[in-house]
Amino acid sequence: MKLTGAQALIKSLETQGVEVMFGLPGGAILPVYDPILDSSIRHVLVRHEQGAGHMAEGYAMVTGRAGVAIVTSGPGATNVVTPLSNAYMDSTPLVVISGQVATSSIGTDAFQECDITGVTMGITKHNWLIKRAEDIPRTVAAAFHVATTGRPGPVLIDIPKDIANSQMEWYWPESEADLDLPGYHPRTTGDPAAIAAAAELMLAAERPVLYVGGGVLKSRGSAALLELAERTGFPVVTTLMARGAFPDSHPLCLGMPGMHGNYTAVTSMQRADLLVALGSRFDDRVTGKIDAFAPGAKVIHADIDPAEIGKVRVPEVGIVGDCRLVIEELLTALEALGLGHDRRGAAVEAGSTGRAATLAAGRPSLEGWWAQVGDWQREFPLYYDTDDEAAVKPQMVVESLRDLSPADTIVVSGVGQHQMWASQYWRFDYPYTWVNSGGAGTMGFAVPAAVGAKVGRPDKTVWAIDGDGCFQMTAQELVTASAEKIPIKIAILNNAYLGMVRQWQEMFYAERYSEVYLSPDLPDYVKWAEAMGCVGIRAETPEEVAPAIEKANSIDDRPVVVDFRTDAFEKVFPMVPAGGSNDAIVVHPDQAGARVAR
Amino acid sequence: MTLPASLSRDGDVRHHLLSVLVENKAGVLARVAGLFSRRGFNIFSLAVAPTDDDRFSRITVVVDVESAPLEQVIQQLDKLINVVSISQLAPDEAVERELLLATVAVDAARREEVGAQVEAFGGEVLDVGDGELTVMLAERPETVDEFERLLADCRIVELQRTGRVALPKLGHSGGA
Ligand SMILES: Cc1ncc(C[n+]2csc(CCOP(=O)(O)OP(=O)(O)O)c2C)c(N)n1
Ligand SMILES: [Mg+2]
Repeated sequence: MKLTGAQALIKSLETQGVEVMFGLPGGAILPVYDPILDSSIRHVLVRHEQGAGHMAEGYAMVTGRAGVAIVTSGPGATNVVTPLSNAYMDSTPLVVISGQVATSSIGTDAFQECDITGVTMGITKHNWLIKRAEDIPRTVAAAFHVATTGRPGPVLIDIPKDIANSQMEWYWPESEADLDLPGYHPRTTGDPAAIAAAAELMLAAERPVLYVGGGVLKSRGSAALLELAERTGFPVVTTLMARGAFPDSHPLCLGMPGMHGNYTAVTSMQRADLLVALGSRFDDRVTGKIDAFAPGAKVIHADIDPAEIGKVRVPEVGIVGDCRLVIEELLTALEALGLGHDRRGAAVEAGSTGRAATLAAGRPSLEGWWAQVGDWQREFPLYYDTDDEAAVKPQMVVESLRDLSPADTIVVSGVGQHQMWASQYWRFDYPYTWVNSGGAGTMGFAVPAAVGAKVGRPDKTVWAIDGDGCFQMTAQELVTASAEKIPIKIAILNNAYLGMVRQWQEMFYAERYSEVYLSPDLPDYVKWAEAMGCVGIRAETPEEVAPAIEKANSIDDRPVVVDFRTDAFEKVFPMVPAGGSNDAIVVHPDQAGARVAR
Repeated sequence: MTLPASLSRDGDVRHHLLSVLVENKAGVLARVAGLFSRRGFNIFSLAVAPTDDDRFSRITVVVDVESAPLEQVIQQLDKLINVVSISQLAPDEAVERELLLATVAVDAARREEVGAQVEAFGGEVLDVGDGELTVMLAERPETVDEFERLLADCRIVELQRTGRVALPKLGHSGGA
């Protein structure tokens, strides 16, 4: 069967099982847009290509499948650079297709020419410039394979206009061997010797913590993690990228560590004698000053990316492998050492004999550790000041949203204070219900990512908890949401400031506020929402918060924007000042007098 | 994998030689060079050419192990999709060669003497001009260093070194 390159591209996407793509056409990609008219694939027409990229990310994060975005050459392609960088930092599988000028014009500074494979080399897992139409099916299959296996990440396929217009004979690669990837062999199962060494360390630990990162979600390892935690009785912390990987309401869960993590999660890592890092990467926002991080802890580090092992902290035991498989292997190894099903360190011998049985039986009790952890939890719970009864506290808004919305609501956030409050005060009990920009911290992520998440999971309520600053960066994608009937809900925690920056200026720049004031009512968010085809609601007092949320939750035929006028002076606590040791964690001033139990 | 042996970098070796087999495709060198610069790894020298199998090229790169642990350099390189395999060549486990070309100013009176010295190194006089000689040497990098010092006695008009290429010594297997 003869096809044009453009037809082959769309047919390749269909064959790959793509159900939706997010994009915006233009000159160089025009040939590819023609067969889209006849395709089964849904195309969501965005208002800015950055939106297309973030929508694809939101879609990928909630479905686990690659998100697809399609853009034209030059400015279309550069507009998707931010999402590519964001997806690269957060290991989100994306396939971005960009148009390119005709091969004969490449290198001539032709109209809308941009060397996008060069630009995105450092922020994609790989990219391809297609030079022959017959390479299209193989390249598309390879692109999806690379994006979704190993450590997932974004890839880009650049397709020149003449290649899209030229003819090829259709085929589809039969197997991985046909993908022409001689240098790509991700390793998925852990080295048995390392697994055994890790299991022994785990049974010797007195103050262990499971330090869970986004890799557990990528590997679909939540169920295995639950079993590992319950079997060992180890406390669990979930990083910003791993919220929901382990239920917040589980008694073993300590919540989020890091710069704005809660006191117990941060301090338990500092005092631990063993950190079991599962798909986490010792990011500076988690470790604080690296030399002072968890000084007494041995480290087991499991990650599918070999380059993460020892990149920041040299582990006692490094395990390269898929987190889910590694956790399952650890469970088997623990069983072999005599640790059957139990809770909270009450070791149960599983009928094994000899040294193995003694290891589990002679395992240190974790009771002292849990008692310590419990003290921290009681003394330093998450806290905000509720004295001012007239102020709408942003934390209270998050709590109300949580309590008035379905438990499995997907929460999407922007970047700033509101993001931290969302992560702190929501109760994440289900995997893939938290969508945020972690590694890159991309303001403007929330609105488009929420659109993508809702497209991926139309059955779920999707609430974006956004900042007023962030909202203004990508709000136009609500036009897309209205036009495409994608009923997302946006809660703007409108503090009239670039709040996170304001907080740093207050705390570290002697309250010298430089270029952080936005205004509560310019723009008028309600009118703006209405102009974009959404329902706009405003909540200015604490009493108005719950009714506004209930009204928003009752609307399911269009997007809703709620403008919550929150207290501008609220700060995020706890906080580890940037570059400081996690031991220097600053709690809310009202808590600072509490006895510090160590 | 327990702690990889090479994570503990050995104190006295500053340079490490990596022999990197890559796909022979457009842009691969840019990917490798880009990776080094964005991760802050320092390159001392780099040589690239196709291998006997024209699907692949070999990049021989000498890295400064002070700039990053060697294991990290190898693991990051290995993540590049076009990188097929990497062998780490410790200097005593590799045969290495580097080529030097130089044009030096030599007056007629000293031409014989310089020519003899070049030959004593195993080098060759490639071209003779009016008061100038172009010479070459393909030798172990340390010998090339010595040769370069010798040439410095004359006035060097132009000098070009290729950077080293290497293969594992027979009887040893390369790491990674
Ligand atoms: C694209 C981008 N530009 C700048 C920043 C730096 N930055 C981080 S948080 C923040 C303030 C965000 O303001 P807002 O959306 O109102 O959230 P708030 O902190 O007030 O909750 C800024 C400017 C960023 N993260 N991303
Ligand atoms: Mg704000």
